[in-house]
Amino acid sequence: MGKLNVNLCGIPLDNPVIPASGTFGYGYEFAQWYDINRLGTFSFKGTTREPRFGNPTPRIAECTGGMLNAVGLQNPGVQAVIGEELPRLQACFHKPVMANISGFSVDEYRDVARALSACEQVGWLEVNISCPNVHGGGMAFGTSPKAAGEVVRAVREVTKKPVIVKLSPNVTSIADMAKACEAEGADAISLINTLLGMRIDLRRKAPVLANTMGGFSGPAVFPVALRMVWQVYEAVKIPVIGMGGVSTAEDVVEMMLAGATAVEVGAANLVNPFASLEIVERLPEVMANCGIESLEDIIGGAHRT
Amino acid sequence: MQEKVFEITANTEIAKDVWEIRLKGDTSGMEKPGQFVNLSLPGFFLRRPISVCCVEGQELTLVYKTVGKGTACLSTLQTGTLNVLTGLGNGYDLERAGDAPLLIGGGVGVPPLYELARQLRKCGLPVQVILGFNSVCDVFYEEKFRDLGCDVTVTTVDGSYGLKGFVTDALAGKHYSYYYTCGPMPMLKAVRKQCAGSGEFSLEERMGCGFGACMGCSCKTTEGYKRVCREGPVFRKEELLWEN
Repeated sequence: MGKLNVNLCGIPLDNPVIPASGTFGYGYEFAQWYDINRLGTFSFKGTTREPRFGNPTPRIAECTGGMLNAVGLQNPGVQAVIGEELPRLQACFHKPVMANISGFSVDEYRDVARALSACEQVGWLEVNISCPNVHGGGMAFGTSPKAAGEVVRAVREVTKKPVIVKLSPNVTSIADMAKACEAEGADAISLINTLLGMRIDLRRKAPVLANTMGGFSGPAVFPVALRMVWQVYEAVKIPVIGMGGVSTAEDVVEMMLAGATAVEVGAANLVNPFASLEIVERLPEVMANCGIESLEDIIGGAHRT
Repeated sequence: MQEKVFEITANTEIAKDVWEIRLKGDTSGMEKPGQFVNLSLPGFFLRRPISVCCVEGQELTLVYKTVGKGTACLSTLQTGTLNVLTGLGNGYDLERAGDAPLLIGGGVGVPPLYELARQLRKCGLPVQVILGFNSVCDVFYEEKFRDLGCDVTVTTVDGSYGLKGFVTDALAGKHYSYYYTCGPMPMLKAVRKQCAGSGEFSLEERMGCGFGACMGCSCKTTEGYKRVCREGPVFRKEELLWEN
């Protein structure tokens, strides 16, 4: 069997498959259905300093090849995550977890990062500067290289753990964003968050989502995500985590050939709760079919041909 | 929650735009009335959550309304198989029924009450049922509830069948220990205002996953944020905040 293991910022992963933030809760609920230790790791639900209910419903809409969500960073707040969610996770997950953090100010990002960095279970901090569903936070930091750099600098100051910056595709130059984050000390870049989209209900002649707009994800966005992973891989020296529409083991290999060291799986988890596990299980077969002995060897491989 | 494959054995229109689909497969884990399943449909990304109407042996019956492209697609399927996530959500609590439960259903809120009525009748309880529809062409399952031995009152908004008016217009003179309801939000609000005592409400919301992962269907309750798909869809009257 080929080798699936990769190394993400100095922490080994048994395989590169990582359920993406917002599609896997805090993990333990999926552990009722299968052993989540079979995943590389997972990125938990985006966490802010205070508890947030998020946006009004409806928060979900469908579209061809995917979906829109406007959840709006619902989460119980960092103290409850540390006090309640992580202890529950500890009972069923024995690997370092990726902590996804968000905020509405540079100070908030710093506070949440400091608190979660102190948790032994946390392996990486994934700093979400790309949520399209909240005003004044999230994506506001992810569409300007200067603002993104300020967040990265603030988080960098309070943690020695690897800092991964999750980028928004809703920018003119994804490479410039990635470079700004790298310059301020980011250890890795993950991309893409969702694309800003909307739907209109023909009966009500009004937007489907209560928030009007939402984040578009699902298999339809895969080519866009792949292209951006390709561009960021060429722009920076730090590792890239690819995500966006990944739903098969073949997609994982494609992302890695474009330059991804690891690959996050998002919307696919919502239509098939076993999607991430099934991808892990099928990777060896796909590798064998493609003549790949070790996944680590193929990272960025398509740039070298 | 379990992922199963069911075989379609029948799919028929039983009222205007209302369809009853019968599926054969492993129905374990769907014992509680008020639970739902999430169907994967060919050509659609998201699954379609549909409440369980009846579970008997290997047969699972669902009743749904064609309200969009997905359910319209479902109505065209006469044979073949469906990938189904089963046993989703928390159902109605039978233990609160008391000695004279009342079931109030509106439109496609009626189906989950059928399995509830079946189970309450199995417990030997007298069951009163109020079924509300817009018009005579929308009425379904009246006879099926009667066949269970329920005391059934049908209302139609336009008066074309049964008692003219809303479900709440059929409350006069009814004595009940507890109520269970499912239907559109305006109906649920009216029931909550006009029904004496306590009861349980089944809510509807657009869902992403249906099993608690995406936070797409959250609602605020007196006990904090809950997910319609996971902690719900059935909530006690005292839990709900009745905002908006």
